[in-house]
Amino acid sequence: MAKSLVSTEPYAAQFEALQATLPDSPLAERRLQALARFRELGFPTTRQESWKYTALRSLAGLTPATTTEAPSLDRAPALLADTAAHRLVFVNGLFRAELSDLGELPQGAFIAPLTEALDDETLISDDESGAFALLNQALFQDGALIALERGTLLDQPVILTFVSIDEAEGRSTHPRLVIRLGENSQATVIEHHLGYGEALGLSNLVSSVHLATGAKLDHVVLQTEEAQVQHIATRRVTVGRDATYDSFGVTLGAGMSRNEIEVSLEGTGASCALDGTYLLAGTQHGDLTSTIHHRAEHTTSRETVKGALAGKARGVFQGKIVVEPGAQKTDGRMMNKTLLLSDKAEIDSKPELEIFADDVQCAHGATAGELDANALFYLRARGIPEGRARALLVEAFLADVIELCPVEALREELRDRAGRWLAEASHEEAAA
Amino acid sequence: MAATAETVEKVQSLSERYKYGFVTDIETDMAPKGLSEDIVRFISAKKNEPEWLLEWRLKAYRHWLEMPEPQWAKVDFPEIDYQDAYYYAAPKMKDQPKSLDEVDPKLLETYEKLGIPLREQEILAGVAVDAVFDSVSVATTFKHKLEEVGVIFCSISEALQEHPELVRKYLGTVVPYADNKHACLNSAVFTDGSFVYIPPGVRCPMELSTYFRINEQNTGQFERTLIIADEGSYVSYLEGCTAPMRDENQLHAAVVELIALKDAEIKYSTVQNWYPGDEDGKGGIYNFVTKRGDCRGDYSKISWTQVETGSAITWKYPSCLLRGDHSVGEFYSIAITNNRQQADTGTKMVHLGRNTKSRIISKGISAGRSQQTYRGLVRMGSKAEGARNYTQCDSLLIGESCGAHTVPYIESKNRSAQVEHEATTSRISEDQLFYCRQRGIPEEDAVALVVNGFCREVLQQLPMEFAVEAQKLVGISLEGSVG
Repeated sequence: MAKSLVSTEPYAAQFEALQATLPDSPLAERRLQALARFRELGFPTTRQESWKYTALRSLAGLTPATTTEAPSLDRAPALLADTAAHRLVFVNGLFRAELSDLGELPQGAFIAPLTEALDDETLISDDESGAFALLNQALFQDGALIALERGTLLDQPVILTFVSIDEAEGRSTHPRLVIRLGENSQATVIEHHLGYGEALGLSNLVSSVHLATGAKLDHVVLQTEEAQVQHIATRRVTVGRDATYDSFGVTLGAGMSRNEIEVSLEGTGASCALDGTYLLAGTQHGDLTSTIHHRAEHTTSRETVKGALAGKARGVFQGKIVVEPGAQKTDGRMMNKTLLLSDKAEIDSKPELEIFADDVQCAHGATAGELDANALFYLRARGIPEGRARALLVEAFLADVIELCPVEALREELRDRAGRWLAEASHEEAAA
Repeated sequence: MAATAETVEKVQSLSERYKYGFVTDIETDMAPKGLSEDIVRFISAKKNEPEWLLEWRLKAYRHWLEMPEPQWAKVDFPEIDYQDAYYYAAPKMKDQPKSLDEVDPKLLETYEKLGIPLREQEILAGVAVDAVFDSVSVATTFKHKLEEVGVIFCSISEALQEHPELVRKYLGTVVPYADNKHACLNSAVFTDGSFVYIPPGVRCPMELSTYFRINEQNTGQFERTLIIADEGSYVSYLEGCTAPMRDENQLHAAVVELIALKDAEIKYSTVQNWYPGDEDGKGGIYNFVTKRGDCRGDYSKISWTQVETGSAITWKYPSCLLRGDHSVGEFYSIAITNNRQQADTGTKMVHLGRNTKSRIISKGISAGRSQQTYRGLVRMGSKAEGARNYTQCDSLLIGESCGAHTVPYIESKNRSAQVEHEATTSRISEDQLFYCRQRGIPEEDAVALVVNGFCREVLQQLPMEFAVEAQKLVGISLEGSVG
């Protein structure tokens, strides 16, 4: 195997330096094992099929530094500022109580920084296999735990804000998110990843989500990190009988980002949606890799991802639906559409089906191209200037997918952000 | 033929198992078992080849030794012992036959059983056939008629003797010897194959056709086909393949290179019916084939049509390099797997020139315990202004133990290029089967009928004579898959 561009040694050094300060728990041993396994594996290379289109070039320039104290921050920007919510704020991977506002929690709900719950070994799953997930397991300093007991309904959304401050080079943070929903419980979780500063930094998030019978989770992730940030997120989701997992991801930021999601529909009637959008410009690289395992009968999945690429941006979509033997009556649909707005943008799309049962309905589609010339002509013929016409069409293209965001209150915000992104992208295009 | 007679015949053919599973007892001239530089030299010497070709073969052989076996395909088989096979087996003949009359009658009988009566075809059908038996080409019909219009259609060994400059100019330019392990092996030990050259502006007056057959035990077949359509010409080419039933696996690693110059068009159709092994997956052919077409000139077109029903393992990706501006690539495929067959097949469309177009229609049917994968690549290069691709891959599942997988790669570096990909997988419709059965059509026939409908878009692309044969094949291949 080809040698990775990025050495694992500096991270081992980071671990040594951090070790003394890491929250003590029964996990200490596991951290060591994870580190050893990570060093054995090394960072992924493009020779690995799942990383074929994503090279870790910029990460190679990063020397991880040890930080045990987050830089100061007076106020964290808040999503849905006017809405009552349970808010947790993390700065460079560390929980900041003074910026957070947990609000009032209903009976049966437990929401807290992960460090307060580390005695429960089961919270950190054992079977991490990817290099980044293992690295996270070794190095995580804090994170969030959201656990609902059976039948608990959480009215207010949980908003997790992860702020990266990259004033000095070498930030290497590894937050962790654990969501456990008991039978018939319901929650809405919104993650917001943002940052300040222009130095190279690594955010390496791992989330593990578990939905018991009949539970429902709406999960929205808005990623707007700075251009030098390398953002890696690995999410593993198990969905129990008749449970529903609806997620929506928006990728706007980070120089390089990779979202790797693995969903396992384990119980009869389980369903999931992995929708989202990516809007990338400049030299951004955004990778969305997902696998949905249908392991039981009557399971349903939908994945609709639409994106627009400007500048020299490169988008990667790798989606895979696996129907395991015996998972009859499965319905799986996947769609990836990409608009290329510039001559230098590139999309690599790989929608995959792997089917081992016969009574199934599975379909996927992928398209790539520029705006429809006819639609553009139609608008221009009605006196709409070209720039405006283009913007209208892109907005319409994205409006479709934003409608799928399960948190209605966020849609307006997302449309706004898309509009601003578009204005900026076309401005740059015109300047170029 | 009267309708009733046709029905009787169809039913008969449906109840047949692998009807091409006979062995012809013919004396053959064989090279010693195994693979080494000496064998490569032996083959080259046997064929009286020029020095440059021997050098090329040896280069390929040395490279092959180093190359890793491709691992990415979704197929599973024990490691191949390359030393346990014969790399050269030729039916013994005193001299090169001048006409069909001199060909060993037993051989001709074999071809007749296969449904290619060379003699009759010479007179009636108007299809020129080049038949390759084990390793060497035995007879080429219709040669003279083709010569009149300047078309060269002969075995590649003959072409090497008579038109060495053409072969040298084009051989290995589409599939380089180091392309992949199987192509590399082929480059080292290829024994025969067909060579076609269509001169500028000529529309080949008849369909050209090759029939491949592996007869001898433990032989591999490594044929190499090279088709060149010069400016403004047109040719339609068909190949068919069969092999006797044997318990051990046999290797077939062919290479096909197509070159279409400006305004030329090549239509290449394959009906592949190698022995697929028995119900338990014993025996059968390993069909590891590299096929690639190069649309070198502007406005050229290459169209692949394949019906893949045989082989224990199929590993095959007929591809098009769309280099010329406005060139067109097409890929129509039906792949049927039953019992324990494995097929990993698809295509690559590499758009390099401006306004290039490609269309991919792939229909996969898996039954029994077979596994089938469509694996395809559509790449829009940064200079492929206005390029267009449409891909449709449908899979049909029959029975709960089979698998159907779709692995498309779509890469676009040009915003004006438009790529569309659609794929569906579902089971054969209960409603349609019920409808047929209600009207007294037995279940097995009903399945064949529904499947034929499912494949219609591709079957239509086949030359008339072979469309009928292919339809029958669809029925035979699925036999035993229901109930």
